[in-house]
Amino acid sequence: MTERIEVRIDGRTVEVEAGISVSAALWNAGVGRGPLCAMGICFECRVTIDGVRHRRACTTTVAPGLEIATGG
Amino acid sequence: MADLPADVADVAVVGGGPAGVAAACAAAEAGRNVLLLDEAPKPGGQIWRHRTGPPQPAREWLARLTASGAKVVSQASVFDAPDPRTLCAEHEGGVLRVRCEKLILATGARERFLPFPGWTLPNVLGVGGAQALLKAGADFSGRRVVVAGSGPLLLPVAASLAGAGARVALVAEQAPLSRLFPFVARLAGSPGKLAEALGYRFGFLRSPYRTGVWVRSAAGQERVEEVELTDGNRTWREACDVLCCAYGLVPNLELAALLGCAVRSGAVVEGESQETTVAGVYSAGELGGIGGVDLALATGTIAGLAAAGRAAPPPLVRQRERGRRLAQRLAATFSLRPELRSLPSAETIVCRCEDVSFGALDPGWSPRQAKLATRLGMGPCQGRVCGAACEFLFGWPADTVRPPVKPTAIANLIATSEAHG
Repeated sequence: MTERIEVRIDGRTVEVEAGISVSAALWNAGVGRGPLCAMGICFECRVTIDGVRHRRACTTTVAPGLEIATGG
Repeated sequence: MADLPADVADVAVVGGGPAGVAAACAAAEAGRNVLLLDEAPKPGGQIWRHRTGPPQPAREWLARLTASGAKVVSQASVFDAPDPRTLCAEHEGGVLRVRCEKLILATGARERFLPFPGWTLPNVLGVGGAQALLKAGADFSGRRVVVAGSGPLLLPVAASLAGAGARVALVAEQAPLSRLFPFVARLAGSPGKLAEALGYRFGFLRSPYRTGVWVRSAAGQERVEEVELTDGNRTWREACDVLCCAYGLVPNLELAALLGCAVRSGAVVEGESQETTVAGVYSAGELGGIGGVDLALATGTIAGLAAAGRAAPPPLVRQRERGRRLAQRLAATFSLRPELRSLPSAETIVCRCEDVSFGALDPGWSPRQAKLATRLGMGPCQGRVCGAACEFLFGWPADTVRPPVKPTAIANLIATSEAHG
């Protein structure tokens, strides 16, 4: 019933539930080291989203075709 | 700054948790033009966080917010307040400037993390953090989880994780039973609260809830694999995939401090109408002291009414008084034991952003000296994690605050720089 969309994590296409956070998507895909505070405070969840660096994964919602890069 | 477009409102509210929502509702329903700025994708803060549908009573309040006519701007991160009538927020990559007559701060709280060996291992996260991550869509099913630290938050989080299919191996509260028992006994005077607490406990009935127990260290190769726990006498290990560990909440005071609002004992000084010591600036929710959702709703409503020039009805004032008394009991019950100061070893990272270890810090320093010597607190979290830790470890007070209070692109700072002349 829940809508599923496709995002790209480090170049790999991954199917995720619509409406989840990028942090949750990374956690479910087993990618990255996971957040600490998960509420926008600690900035450890920074990833590059659609080419924009230093976006907090925990306060960003997935969208169709989102490009997430965890390195750098 | 005159060139930047500005949103103008009678009342601006910063923070979209229960306090901010209540404040916005009260001010808007009293006829004011209200703008609410919130960092998260949807209002609700932490306790009312939801994806598909908010839980009660959040549903009613959020519906009321929509009906009130208050304008909600989500994913807006306030990074500066050049004066009590002006806010600068990062929104959609650019700057949103807000001009208001009255300002209500409802920036909520964050968790207190204390360093211990292994706390930087992947899959070690906060207690509220685990709840936030779960509610944001993370899958915890089948994961073996230890929930530790301190505070009433351990209960609902353990229940949520168990309900989501996690195997909660243990819930460890550092406060001793001798302090917890009177607190729970007094809850009998508030049957609703007692039922709530018992409900949470039934949510993870198959897992032990131990008091007077805390985490000494975490170990693992690529991620946390086991946790060392102690009750002060015995020490033992518990295997786990995830460790949720945090020691209570601290208010997010940065914006209030930037505006010059007086802060005492780690909370904003608030008057009878929730006014701060800065004219036209009000404070609500956890900023006035950690007290939970009922207190936040009361203080938020009182602040919203006051900002709209209305007096608070006596029942609301009584609700606030009850909430303050509960907040005091919470603080006393869950106060942190001194053994937690001895957990870090010399190699344990204290400032995670800048990789400053415990051994590099001289307890005799001031926070400013520590910052200059080691870069402690100079990373992206701006000392929000290590600051609370060092306050507990060494008694260091929070350092002075300068803009930006949240990291933002230089272009945004340049665009707003004219405000500082």
